[in-house]
Amino acid sequence: MTKTMRALLGATALSILAGHAAAETVTIATVNNGDMVRMQGLAADFAEKHPDIELEWVILEENVLRQRVTQDIATGGGQFDIVTIGQYEAPIWAAQGWLEPLNDMPEGFEPDDLMPAIVSSLTVDGNLYAAPFYGESAMVMYRTDLAEAAGVTIPAEPTWTDIMTAAEAMTDRDAGIYGICLRGKAGWGENMAFLTAMANSYGARWFNMDWEPELTSPEWTAAVNDYLSMMENYGPPGASSNGFNENLALFQQGKCGIWIDATVAASFVTDPANSTVAEHVGYAVFPHKEGVENHGNWLWAWSLAIPSSSDAKDAARTFITWATGSGYIALVAEKEGWRAAPPGTRKSLYANDAYRAAAPFADMTLSAMEAATPATPSVQETPYGGGQFVAIPEFQGIGSAVGQEISAALAGQKTGEEALEAAQEFAEEEMEAAGY
Amino acid sequence: MARAISTRSKITFTAVAWLIGLLIFFPILWTMLTSFKTEAQAIADPPVVFGFDWTLENYCTVGFRPNLYFFDFNEFCEGAPRSEYMRFLWNSVAIAVGSTLLGIVIAVPAAWAMAFVPGRRTKDILLWMLSTKMLPAVGVLYPINLIFVEADLLDTHFGLIVVMTLINLPIIVWMLYTYFREIPGEILEAARMDGAGMGQEIFYVLAPMAVPGIASTILLNIILAWNEAFWTLNLTTFDAAPLTQFIAGYSSPEGNFFAKLSAASTAAIAPILVLGWFSQKQLVRGLTFGAVK
Repeated sequence: MTKTMRALLGATALSILAGHAAAETVTIATVNNGDMVRMQGLAADFAEKHPDIELEWVILEENVLRQRVTQDIATGGGQFDIVTIGQYEAPIWAAQGWLEPLNDMPEGFEPDDLMPAIVSSLTVDGNLYAAPFYGESAMVMYRTDLAEAAGVTIPAEPTWTDIMTAAEAMTDRDAGIYGICLRGKAGWGENMAFLTAMANSYGARWFNMDWEPELTSPEWTAAVNDYLSMMENYGPPGASSNGFNENLALFQQGKCGIWIDATVAASFVTDPANSTVAEHVGYAVFPHKEGVENHGNWLWAWSLAIPSSSDAKDAARTFITWATGSGYIALVAEKEGWRAAPPGTRKSLYANDAYRAAAPFADMTLSAMEAATPATPSVQETPYGGGQFVAIPEFQGIGSAVGQEISAALAGQKTGEEALEAAQEFAEEEMEAAGY
Repeated sequence: MARAISTRSKITFTAVAWLIGLLIFFPILWTMLTSFKTEAQAIADPPVVFGFDWTLENYCTVGFRPNLYFFDFNEFCEGAPRSEYMRFLWNSVAIAVGSTLLGIVIAVPAAWAMAFVPGRRTKDILLWMLSTKMLPAVGVLYPINLIFVEADLLDTHFGLIVVMTLINLPIIVWMLYTYFREIPGEILEAARMDGAGMGQEIFYVLAPMAVPGIASTILLNIILAWNEAFWTLNLTTFDAAPLTQFIAGYSSPEGNFFAKLSAASTAAIAPILVLGWFSQKQLVRGLTFGAVK
């Protein structure tokens, strides 16, 4: 071999090695929610601090993301180093050994500052498996101007009767104003998230201690019948296809008197650039049935986790620390103001006067989240945890099928009782087939 | 003698044809209009049709900033875009063109054999090939995913090109078979008599005569591969991710970003719309070939 050839080969080998050492790539799978978009926009700050880590963003629609990530982790594809998941996936996936525990995190992660309710729902056997990026509960958002004009008040802790009375008073169909807007689109994370929380607040439970479905119980029947009657009498037309975004659009356009949904909606409806009613939004705790001490127990945190198939775990830990630490919240505040800070994950944010002044919904979000007890979703004893969902793998299928039944009832194709009976039958079959 | 058609019915038919055309085009038109609105105008009720403040902000955000010489998008954009449109575009072009060409190379000899030297089972084979299109794609998602993991093909152009070729192969073979059947076999026989081998017969005699058919097959398959969303979303991550993933990235579970989603959709279909516009004559000819005899 000639000297030149040797030199060339050596140089090639060196450059390959140097290329490997120069940058480690972290592939992040996430959704297109406002807070995630902001994180991507601010990632230049991370790149500046960690020039040795290169970030690749894979942004997908929520259901596609869930399916894609499940498929990748289950088959050991190793395509992702960080995935965006929630309370539903974290315990199930952790139990499968699909996720890396986040124990030895770099400095700046400050786990003690995280909100306890969120941490406990992302922890399995004492190990935290996902770091919360932003958290949410559910609450009542209503038009203060419409309530005043109609002569009704919504108390800070309303009952469902209060909500129905106010919705009736605010409804003015001729003016295109509907007293109440609720989710109607079928899906375990769509209408069933709302209805599970509503059923919780009526004292209902999905399963008894023997894992037998209880969808035809008096509590479930009362909750579903009230839901259907509210939507029929005071709701917008075509509600069976309305999800979070459709209701958000209706509320922002001034078409809804009351909207009960995720707390993260508050920052959208009070944004004067996109909302025509930004100045007139009032808040209240998620309603409860008279005599039932339960406010739905809705709790969700979009969280970042590391799949065990990742080959860049340390770099992924470094990024998660940057994205979920209090330093990131300060960075958002500096660049875009306190109102834009990712809510619902850190205690220190709610102790910050600047944030509380900028975000009028801060106190209500905090109390809604603190009131949620996902380990005990109902006032009755349950064999499962959760909140607006049941934390078992079968729930995706069962929840979606039940959601379709109730959506059909909302569209007027059947009564509430018929829908629940069909749902009960389906749930019984599925649970039996799953070996419960 | 041709039957005279009255002016009145001509006007009626033209009007109905325009109406149907507009109805079919309306969703695309609405998407395009929405892409120039602000997010608040995009969800306005009653909807704003034309009377809004046109903005290029959404295109700037999604990274569609072409310089058209007479009009440069960059002049209206500030800050960095949220996604790299050109990376997705290149991947779409590579996958769509690559899989179509590979498909043609395999399908031309196959269609030749079926059209000119049919066996007893040719009809069955043709039907069986088509039946693979009736299988729900999700049914083979996990096996294919596992093969991709084992063969290290996830998120590669090569892997996607192979899968897309296999998916569209039945249609390519069927289309070419239909065109080849229109060509008199005697011409090929004459070539054989003159001493042409099988390869020469296909490349020098059959292919030149079938150019219009091959061209419309290529065009239609590029469009099919361009729009394919199931496999491209499931088997790519970053390096080979095409425009379907670019659009999927702008759908949001919490927050209304319809204007940006519309801009992303318009940017994703723009190249294929332009291609379709310039080649519509061939496309229409290809799609209606043999329909009326």
